[in-house]
Formats: sequence, C-alpha cells, structure tokens
Amino acid sequence: MKDKKIKNVFRQGAISSEFIGDSIAKHQAKTSIGAHNIFLGQVRADVIDDKTVSAIEYTAYEDMANAKFHEIREAAFEKFELTCMHIYHSLGTVKAGEICLFVFVSSPRRKVVFKALEFIVEAIKADVPVFGKEVFEDESHQWKVNN
Amino acid sequence: MELKIKYFGQIAEVTQQEEESLEFSGVLISELIEQLYEKYTPLKNKDFQIAQNQELVTLETQVSGNEIALLPPFAGG
Repeated sequence: MKDKKIKNVFRQGAISSEFIGDSIAKHQAKTSIGAHNIFLGQVRADVIDDKTVSAIEYTAYEDMANAKFHEIREAAFEKFELTCMHIYHSLGTVKAGEICLFVFVSSPRRKVVFKALEFIVEAIKADVPVFGKEVFEDESHQWKVNN
Repeated sequence: MELKIKYFGQIAEVTQQEEESLEFSGVLISELIEQLYEKYTPLKNKDFQIAQNQELVTLETQVSGNEIALLPPFAGG
C-alpha cells in the first residue's frame, strides 16, 4: 500500500504507550498481515563526566526531514514486501525513559519485517536532519551525535 | 541575490538566530560559507553539512536556490 503524500512524522513531546497500543489495535482490521515488528527509541540517561542526561530536546529541519522520511518509506516499500509502515518521531522535550521514535512495519510474513525495520531505523539515524540537545540534571547541555 | 539561511542546533547557538536573510554575490557554496565564517568566526570549529532547497550539497555546488541550511550532526532516534 503505497502512499504518495508526504506525511508529518513529528509529534510534540514523548510518544505514549497508549498511542503505541492504539496503533497496534488499529491493525486488527488488516487481516492479510501475519507479522508486525516495532522499534521504539528510548531516551537514555547517559552519565557523562559525572552528569546524568535528564532529557533530550529535539529540533528538526522539518520540511527536509519529512521529505527524507518519505524517501525512506518509498525505499522500504520498494525493497520489502510490506503491507504498511508508520514512523513517528518526537520534537521538543523527551525525558529519560520516554519514547522518542516509533517505527512500525507490517507484512504478511515474518522474515521481511526484521530486515525492513533495521533498514528503516538505520536510514533514519543516518539521513534525517533531526537534532538532539542532551540536557543534564544541572540544566547544562551537550549535543547528541548519532554514530 | 538574497538568500534565506537557516541554522539548527549547535549552529544556531553560534549564530544566535535560527534564520536570516543574506545578500550574496558569489557563485559557489564555498564562497557563501567563507562569508558566514567572516560573520561568525566560531563556525570554523563546527561540523556541519549544507542543504540547498532541502538537498545536501557540497562546497563546489553552485548557489542556485533561495534556501540554504547549515545542519549539524544528525541525532534522530
């Protein structure tokens, strides 16, 4: 099921477990699906020089980022036999322990969803202009870099 | 020509603004970056990629679009 329209992937704040649960429930009507796979990115309370990360503040070059997310979607549908896929990424403050990225892929069969999910998550990390300010408990900060 | 320049993350911390209009009379992206280095010296120590009309470009690319963005390292997910 291809979707040509560019979607807005961004959500303000953390992605709640209710939102994730509802997304799963919505797929019960799609009975050609035999396998779902989900990636949840969670903000880690890294300790750097004795200071603990308490939250990440996300910003993005939103237009370019949504275009990139769209390209990744198109590439994933091209490469893998997927029934549907959904990507949500947070903007603004997400506290340690909360979810900032939700990727959800579905297919008739299981093998494809493992490969597809890894492809999509790695592409998001490498290609999408999202920026993360790691805020410490004392309100100082540093900038997160994906590696 | 007048360009709209956008700054993000730690680059915006250096420029103290997220967007500005800039008069540019050169040809290449490298010339634009030199102009920005003159205006914001600490930029020289920052790592960034450049997008023109939302596509990544190199220093050798000609300036043709009206929106240029300086993008620090990506941190999505």
